[in-house]
Amino acid sequence: MSTRQIGDVMLDVANISLAFGGVKALTDISFNVREHEIRAIIGPNGAGKSSMLNCINGVYQPQQGAITFRGQTFTHMNSRQVAEMGFARTFQNLALFKGMSVLDNIMTGRNLRMKSNLFLQAIRFGPAEREEIKNREAVERIIDFLEIQPYRKTPVGRMPYGLQKRVDLGRALAMEPKVLLLDEPMAGMNVEEKQDMCRFILDVNDEFGTTIVLIEHDMGVVMDISDRVVVLDYGKKIGDGTPAEVRNNEDVIRAYLGTTH
Amino acid sequence: MVSTTFPRLLLEHAAKRANAPALREKEYGIWQTLTWSQLAHLVRELAAGLAQAGLQRGQHIVIVGANRPRLSASMLAAQSLGAIPVPLYQDAAAAEYAFPMNNAEVAFAIVEDQEQVDKMLELRETCPQLKRVWFDDPRGLRNYSEPGLASLDALIESGRGHVSEQQGWFDEQVKRTQPDDVAAMFFTSGTTGNPKGVVHTHFTLTDLARAGAIFDNLSSAEEVLAYLPPAWIGQNIFSYAQWLVCGYVVNCPESAGTVMIDLKEIGPTYYFAPPSVFEGLLTSVMIRMEDAGALKRWLFHRFMAIARRTGPTLMDGGAVSFGDRALYALGNLCIYGPLRNTLGLSRVRVAYTAGEAIGPDLFSFYRAIGINLKQLYGSTETAVFVCMQPDNQAKADTVGVPCEGVELKVTTSGEILIKSPGLLKGYYKNAVATDEVLSPEGWYRTGDAGFVDASGHLKIIDRVKDVGRLQGGAHDGAMFAPKYVENKLKFFPYIKEAVAFGDKRDRVCAFINIDFNAVGNWAERKNLPYAGYTDLAQKPEVYALIRDCVEKANADLAADDKLCGSQISRFLVLHKELDADDGELTRSSKVRRGFIGEKYGVLVDALYGGKTSQYIETLVKFEDGRTGMVAADLQISDAKTFSAVRRAA
Repeated sequence: MSTRQIGDVMLDVANISLAFGGVKALTDISFNVREHEIRAIIGPNGAGKSSMLNCINGVYQPQQGAITFRGQTFTHMNSRQVAEMGFARTFQNLALFKGMSVLDNIMTGRNLRMKSNLFLQAIRFGPAEREEIKNREAVERIIDFLEIQPYRKTPVGRMPYGLQKRVDLGRALAMEPKVLLLDEPMAGMNVEEKQDMCRFILDVNDEFGTTIVLIEHDMGVVMDISDRVVVLDYGKKIGDGTPAEVRNNEDVIRAYLGTTH
Repeated sequence: MVSTTFPRLLLEHAAKRANAPALREKEYGIWQTLTWSQLAHLVRELAAGLAQAGLQRGQHIVIVGANRPRLSASMLAAQSLGAIPVPLYQDAAAAEYAFPMNNAEVAFAIVEDQEQVDKMLELRETCPQLKRVWFDDPRGLRNYSEPGLASLDALIESGRGHVSEQQGWFDEQVKRTQPDDVAAMFFTSGTTGNPKGVVHTHFTLTDLARAGAIFDNLSSAEEVLAYLPPAWIGQNIFSYAQWLVCGYVVNCPESAGTVMIDLKEIGPTYYFAPPSVFEGLLTSVMIRMEDAGALKRWLFHRFMAIARRTGPTLMDGGAVSFGDRALYALGNLCIYGPLRNTLGLSRVRVAYTAGEAIGPDLFSFYRAIGINLKQLYGSTETAVFVCMQPDNQAKADTVGVPCEGVELKVTTSGEILIKSPGLLKGYYKNAVATDEVLSPEGWYRTGDAGFVDASGHLKIIDRVKDVGRLQGGAHDGAMFAPKYVENKLKFFPYIKEAVAFGDKRDRVCAFINIDFNAVGNWAERKNLPYAGYTDLAQKPEVYALIRDCVEKANADLAADDKLCGSQISRFLVLHKELDADDGELTRSSKVRRGFIGEKYGVLVDALYGGKTSQYIETLVKFEDGRTGMVAADLQISDAKTFSAVRRAA
């Protein structure tokens, strides 16, 4: 159905280990992400999925391992630097500004693209005004893309959960990311909202060519939309491959269906 | 009166008022304007593109979508070539298009977006003659490669070269299109059988549109918001025929969800809506008022009482005492003005409602707060305008006086006949149906029963074919007008729909649909928990609430000696909302009484059989085409009826 071309490896995660004191969150994890693909990270609760995402975007500093992005190797990432390199993310439990409107929330995603100084912005003068108009235009295109026009001026806290998730995605898209990290984009949604969200994720991938790394619990969704899947369990990688391969992987079946310890 | 065509009107506006706005559409948060000269340019390119694609004079072209400037331009382009645009309802299922498309041998379609494209592709098997489909919004369609499918941009592009090569080609085409040529075809939703294509010429559509514009002093300065389906002739007259006749500005909302916001931003001066929209607005106001603080609520109710007492009289230019005038002015300052603004109706000079009867309370509410709401009467077959209410003579229970050029008479059986320049040319390829409604002398049978009252205003009771007789029982042989009864019930804010049965039966029984918003809010205030629509509908408290409404309606009916026998003796509240997707309503939201009576036969039997409850399972169709089951044990309730002799006092 899609015409997009999956390219070369753009992000390579090598031998990452992360521990919080004595608790080993991640042990020797390696996988890669190719340009334009949808890559899923799955695993039971506490498997280390969110920790993995946090290592990629610089929230956590892994004790071992390196991350290579487009030929540059980093032993630890810094979140601002990561954002400037073209990573954006959404959050499992929505880190939106509840009292601000949808428009303003998405506008915060343009922060890195606003260069004029605080004083000029405050009096909305000359370059600051032009910059604001240019960024507003970009935000309006995202509002149109995500079909949230009726809520432009609505405070986010007053909106239903499914729509808040969409605003969260909108804010990440406002950064015009090369790689989009989605932390459980479908959590807590009803069937219809999940369908909508799937469509938006596929559209983002298709229309903008954005590479997507997503964490998800809903297996149906993961198997449907992702190109390749990494499976984590107790901080270790137990599977990696296409959805069909992963589905038939003995270790994965054991991790999901349970086993004696 | 000068006869003209739509494309000629377009060229006149483009020549005289080239830079005046013709259409606006909100896109990316900003109202984007298309001037008359830009529009003429667009139409020229579209027409050339269509001609190159092979659209011939007299051929039909289907147009499906919401109100979008480029779809209006497409209609004009087709008409310029002498082809006939056929607008279809954008929310209909693909299968519903099959009949009109085959009936009119449609080979070309211009549609709004992916949703409509999918439907067109689905129709390829049943409508093999459909060759070309163009879409306005390319979103999600980038990866479609279907033969004959292309974007409207591509069509415009292909026409552009042709236009620059052949100067004068377009003007020549427009000149060849005559006022008596067919301008458009509208399919009537049809409560029974296949829809019928109503054929209108440029003359039939423009003549009364102009008469209506003169009647209300409409000018090129009006602002209109086009938000109802363009396939409905009402919207087509207000945002197309009268738009081109008057040259005012038509505004297209951003999306269906933003209509209320857009309405407020535009502040239309000329507004048209069926009663259901006015009712929805009032319900939302009332719900918000009930949730407001005590002081605001008190102020609102206090000033609304004053408005109800003096507002309508003021609007009709009647005599009002100085004290009342002062109070009304104060109310206008603190309540009515802000309320009109919130509703987006603060600039409205003329507002019309039509299509269904409007409740007296609802009607007077809007007139009371200073909105010049009036009624008009008409149908697809009459190009809308038959009767209109003059500014100072708006009444809730009549539909006004005949428009200029319209003749009207009532037969002995009570049916209204009309002779008018706006009458249809006929039904497309259906001479039998045409002969049924059009007499050789040019009288059109409306199928509506009614009479002209003492002040010369027309009053409609019901459809002639629906007016029945009671048989047996206390009111043997009495007239039964189901719609009249249903409307009485629907005027209560808690009741969304009602279906009355009584023809050839000894008494009247009814199905009722609660208004989920209003009853839900009422339940919340009463601390009544409920799990959803079906659960709420079957609460004994809700039954008591509805019984109260039914009995009030009965008391009202008892006062009318002709319709006293139509009082409702038993009723039940349905477990699901009646829905057009389930075939229970027409696309224009009218109840299909016969179909409902058959589908819920067990419920009708239970009503007349004296049962106190009845179990039912119903298959429902969701918007995406999937189906599900709704099951419930429905309670049946008796209602008090009143004897006719209450006219003492």
